[in-house]
Amino acid sequence: MSSESHPHSQRRRLLAALAGGAGSLLLPPLHAAPAPLITRPIPSSGEAIPVIGLGSWITFNVGRDPQARAECAAVMRAFFAGGGRLIDSSPMYGSAQDVIGEAIQAIKPARLFSADKVWIGGGARGPGQIEASRRLWRVPRFDLLQVHNLLSWEEHLPHLLAMKREGRLRYVGITTSEGRRHGEIEKIMAAQPIDFVQVSYNALDREVEQRILPLARERRIGVIVNRPFRQGDLTAALAGKPLPGWGAEIGCTTWAQALLKFIVAHPAVTCAIPATSSVAHVRENLLAGTGRLPDEALRKRIAQDAERAA
Amino acid sequence: MSEWWTYSLSDFLMFSARSYWRLTELYNRDVWPAQLVALAAGIVVLGCIVRSGARAQRVAYLVLGAGWAWVGWAYHLTRYADINTGAPYFAAAFALQALLLWLCALRPGSLTTSPLRRRGGLLITGAGVLAYPLLALVDGHGWSRAEVFAIVPDPTAVVTFGVLLALRAHWLAWIIPLAWCAASSITLMELRLWQAWVPATCAVLAITAGLAARQQERPLNSTADSPT
Repeated sequence: MSSESHPHSQRRRLLAALAGGAGSLLLPPLHAAPAPLITRPIPSSGEAIPVIGLGSWITFNVGRDPQARAECAAVMRAFFAGGGRLIDSSPMYGSAQDVIGEAIQAIKPARLFSADKVWIGGGARGPGQIEASRRLWRVPRFDLLQVHNLLSWEEHLPHLLAMKREGRLRYVGITTSEGRRHGEIEKIMAAQPIDFVQVSYNALDREVEQRILPLARERRIGVIVNRPFRQGDLTAALAGKPLPGWGAEIGCTTWAQALLKFIVAHPAVTCAIPATSSVAHVRENLLAGTGRLPDEALRKRIAQDAERAA
Repeated sequence: MSEWWTYSLSDFLMFSARSYWRLTELYNRDVWPAQLVALAAGIVVLGCIVRSGARAQRVAYLVLGAGWAWVGWAYHLTRYADINTGAPYFAAAFALQALLLWLCALRPGSLTTSPLRRRGGLLITGAGVLAYPLLALVDGHGWSRAEVFAIVPDPTAVVTFGVLLALRAHWLAWIIPLAWCAASSITLMELRLWQAWVPATCAVLAITAGLAARQQERPLNSTADSPT
């Protein structure tokens, strides 16, 4: 269910455009977000998407547990109500795709940006997995499909690019996490016409600043950032540690918000995708996508202070 | 598939401790009162170790094999597979172990004279049948999270160690329980659950007791066909 494919979304976009929002202002469904989410243009198309997305690794893999599924749906409801759009998942994430699909069916979000992955050995099995994923998501098509952790990327990437050419997919990307295979990522970024690259990046793990983020800017490739909190380890390590005075300067009340602002303030970053199973946390994360972002000097201080405190 | 080397163990941990325990709770609720039947079966296995005649050995292996088959199907294939994409492979391994145990029932081993083997086997089997379900109470979560032999995998593997030790089973019958123990302990460690140490400790105790008993038995029966 891309924003373009849903009739309600077309109406909302028209109204938003008439109101002068033109992409960056999202119409609030029922509960208005405190401030509009900051958006970034996808370099290859110019389409604006909010800088805070929603990941689903571990948090949405809850099996058939009806209580946990309801909680995940509540997280997604709060995410969309707060202006969020991009949700990311993978066939590797167990029941997460089905949990997302069930919630999408119930919520019927006006402006979903569906980002999924292909994660299977051998290109011949890729189309089947993509179709199975699409059914689990209950969407007519995906907005973005990424080759997960570069698994069989030489075989999957041509298929994804062909899907895009045929109008069955809007964007194509590749992913890695925890600093794996950055050399190969760079080669693909330099040689292939991809729209997105997904990497791990946070205040402590900053290797991508050296080559991948500059290359993304140069090649006009969008950047999605996974594991912004080191899978919860970073926020856990900073729990109870007071946020330094600079927090107030950028409208942050928690370390989690400061860590997210550190990421999305990087000019090459399109979107960060923190995962959570808590409504309070998703609202807190969305707040990090509003207001003032730190400049380069403050970003350095955030990284230094986070390193010291963690 | 050279890409696989780039993954770490934590990459394959695809669920939270909360989801893991909720799965156990819901599964326990759905299969109730199978836990009572399983507990009774566990006590039968304990009795078989005490008697340890050829017929008792057969019964122990048959019951144990049924436990592995049930856990493979009811737990791994129909429940755990919801949150762990590797669970169907675990189910296949559990089915294979059930077959191996039933094969053991066809050819019971020679009776052991080692008290270490008998007592160690009884202790570990007793721990798996009677003490394992009580671990849920340590965390204060009540019986809903109780891990019962022949219902969930870990106590099933622990009871199997006890039986294999006491009945001097063929070494092939140890492989899958040990592999499961390793997989489960690593998973629970990644989930940062203290229960990770329980199956691993029982496995180490069973192997140590088996090796020690083997030393004791060597002069008594030098033609024994089982290394453990």
